[in-house]
Amino acid sequence: MPPIDVDATVIANRRLSRDYNVLTLSAAAVGARTRPGQFVMVRPARMTDTLLRRPFSVFEILRDANGAPTAITLLNKRAGRTTNRLYEAEPGERMACLGPLGKPYTPVAAPQEAWMVAGGVGLAPFATLAESLASQGTRARLFYGARSDQELFYLDLFERLGVTLIVTTEDGSRGERGRVTAPLDRALGSRAPGTTMIYACGPEPMLAAVAGVAERHRQRCEVSVERTMGCGLGGCYSCVIKVRDGATPPHFVRSCISGPVFNGAEIVWD
Amino acid sequence: MARDLSVRIGTLALPNPLIAASGCFGYGLEYEEVADLSALGGVCVKGLFMTEREGHPPPRIVETPSGMINAIGLQGIGVHRFVEEKLPRLRERGARVFVNVCGSTIDEYVEVSRVLTEAEGVAAIELNISCPNIKEGGIQFGCSLIGTAQVVSAVRKATHLPVIPKLTPNVTDVASFARAAEDSGADAVSLVNTFLAMVIDVETRRPTLTNVLGGLSGPAIRPIAVRMVWECAREVKIPVIGMGGITDARDALEFMLAGATAVQIGTANFVDPFVWTKVLAGLDDYMARHEIEHLSDIIGAFDPTPPTPVHA
Repeated sequence: MPPIDVDATVIANRRLSRDYNVLTLSAAAVGARTRPGQFVMVRPARMTDTLLRRPFSVFEILRDANGAPTAITLLNKRAGRTTNRLYEAEPGERMACLGPLGKPYTPVAAPQEAWMVAGGVGLAPFATLAESLASQGTRARLFYGARSDQELFYLDLFERLGVTLIVTTEDGSRGERGRVTAPLDRALGSRAPGTTMIYACGPEPMLAAVAGVAERHRQRCEVSVERTMGCGLGGCYSCVIKVRDGATPPHFVRSCISGPVFNGAEIVWD
Repeated sequence: MARDLSVRIGTLALPNPLIAASGCFGYGLEYEEVADLSALGGVCVKGLFMTEREGHPPPRIVETPSGMINAIGLQGIGVHRFVEEKLPRLRERGARVFVNVCGSTIDEYVEVSRVLTEAEGVAAIELNISCPNIKEGGIQFGCSLIGTAQVVSAVRKATHLPVIPKLTPNVTDVASFARAAEDSGADAVSLVNTFLAMVIDVETRRPTLTNVLGGLSGPAIRPIAVRMVWECAREVKIPVIGMGGITDARDALEFMLAGATAVQIGTANFVDPFVWTKVLAGLDDYMARHEIEHLSDIIGAFDPTPPTPVHA
């Protein structure tokens, strides 16, 4: 199915902190087809001198009482010009929203457990994934690392879905102080190999560390990467990442169409 | 009134003047679900050498005001894999396939062109003598009148397909390069490739791109590209294919009025992969408003009479 480009209206913009916000877009048709891990390419519909769309995981798929999608939300963190515009966006503004794009996470079912590992804005793909895991009855944990207590968001959403939460902060303001890989590593010590699927999204050093931990404990691991992306459809060759897959020597693949979800063991980390 | 958008590049007839620009449309098949490849005038696929190339490490692009700078480094699958893996399906889809041909040496341009000439389903060869992002080949030919002439005449002898050198704007007098190409047997010229450019991260004082330099594209370059197309179209008799920051029908028409027989769209396709139908609809609307039956009638129809001066 080809992606669709929706001329979406900003329904709400909830600013979570000085850097983070959640933008609700009237892109129900995109939401209806989005699987956890997929992304959309978004730009303000009104012409600006910043041309390219930016990629975002679909954070939530909002539904009506009958379960029909009504909108999607994006978890946004200010980084550059477009993300700043999306932080400042007001309800009623229009956004061009192209999607769904990319490869989703591979689902797992009981008796496998699903452990999600998020760093900062890397929480983005996990609300939809947690929802889908809960609907399948798959036991799930979320290891969630942030700079501080002020940047841990939507914990109640995951609790409501029955996800076991393990949080870490860099400043120790909540949960364990330090990196999210430390409690992950300890917890995996009690798991038999091949019983736990690890899904990770966050900064690349974190993803590399998570992939290493997963490999040591002989668990499968899928990571969602974010490379500077131009088009989202495989046309521009900007968002490449080096992988080692099969017999060929390591080579660059486009993270928009070969990913953004990859087997963590296949990526050649910088 | 049935409006006729067709144009001719030498012996090659295109149903409309819109061609997907090389490097901005993958090998075409990436877009087969979002665009009807047969409805485009042509699809110019990503530059090909004899063998596969890895390209530069990322970051490969950076956004700039109304544009972007890229240094992909011609990552590619090589001409043989293209012919085996991509070309049959492009034919099946009804695409008119332009292939952007690269070379580190004149021999390599000739060899790649031979392979493509022997394959079924290639409509034209665009010679990449203008990529600013690789060390050997490419722009080193395109920045020298002798180099341009040597590549064009060598490939001319090796193929019956239309040969279209893609010119770089990174020269003092681009029209002289169009002249050199025509004199060496080119069937058309395409321009402009990107403008050599750079961005410095002021926090780190280092370049944003791993390749340091890259090529600037997008609406930011359009007025310069229009001027260069105009200069070339006045200089040569062969068709000129214009490009540089086209985002809509108005932009495409501007190039055609300046003398372009066809136009290529690149960066705008990244922003909106559905741009093709929108530009075609816009051209059709323009023809209706101006009562134009054949779009080709406007090629070079620019009237250089200055506007009436405005007095206070």
